[in-house]
Amino acid sequence: MSTTLWIILAAAAVTYLARVLGHLVLSRFAYVPPRVQAGLNAVPAAVLTTLVAPAALDGGLPELAALLVTGLVALRGGALVTFAAGAAVLIALRNLPV
Amino acid sequence: MIIAIAPFGLLFGALAADNGFSIAEATLMSALVYGGASQIVGVELFGQQAAPWMIVLSIFIVNTRSILYSAAAGRLIAHWPGAQKALAFFLLVDLQYAETEREAEQGRRLTLGWYLGLALPIYLTWIAEAALGAAFGRLVTDPHALGLDFLVPIYFLSLVMGFRRRANWLPVVAASAVVSMLAYVTVGSPWHVSVGALAGILLAAAMPLPRYVEPSRG
Repeated sequence: MSTTLWIILAAAAVTYLARVLGHLVLSRFAYVPPRVQAGLNAVPAAVLTTLVAPAALDGGLPELAALLVTGLVALRGGALVTFAAGAAVLIALRNLPV
Repeated sequence: MIIAIAPFGLLFGALAADNGFSIAEATLMSALVYGGASQIVGVELFGQQAAPWMIVLSIFIVNTRSILYSAAAGRLIAHWPGAQKALAFFLLVDLQYAETEREAEQGRRLTLGWYLGLALPIYLTWIAEAALGAAFGRLVTDPHALGLDFLVPIYFLSLVMGFRRRANWLPVVAASAVVSMLAYVTVGSPWHVSVGALAGILLAAAMPLPRYVEPSRG
């Protein structure tokens, strides 16, 4: 087998390991302490934030304006409307003749 | 949602071909690994002639956030039979995890049908895009003007906002944002994800507990 194929198979194995590991460890405990529960409840907001914040750091005006509009629209609109509004602002500002 | 993710499937295919993967290899990697950012990091390192173990280790590091997803989502599908859970974890990418949390938050009992109904179209599109990107990647001349590189942060921010009614949401988001940005400029990518996320989670665990803590569902 080629090196590339080995890399792909090993990458698949470690990725699947990461995807089951948290559950395998946690499910060994019959009782999950409230503080661990509180931490787990924070997982979606915590992880997804780390995928947004550094991108904002690299962004210019169009990117920051798009994120601002996304955040504001999200207070009222549904997920699809929010995403569409943010994307529209980004694309419009990037294509403005300067 | 597929629109937000689509550019990355194509981008991966194009980058894989650029870095010496065949169309078949790029497609196989998307089918077996199914983890966008980690695949892109992997083929970039491959193109830089990095040692194979370095490539595999880097892919694991990019995917360490899945350990958290797995622990958190595992509570929501604890009532499923083992084989169904094993399949579900294979498909547990960022988007799938976030939508699963959202579905559970609305008080619905998670079913395999709902889960696969969300996961399979995304998974199959992802595989097809690797092949398309590898074959035709150079045809998109100006992805920047179309905003393709920044749609995923916008989509993730809308998801973050969707969780704003959870306990300690604001301090968690603030801690994760600040720490991930600090880690991004000091330690560098991809560590900022794990480090930033841990900061938010530890803060949530350390905060005074509300009188009523949501029990694990399922």
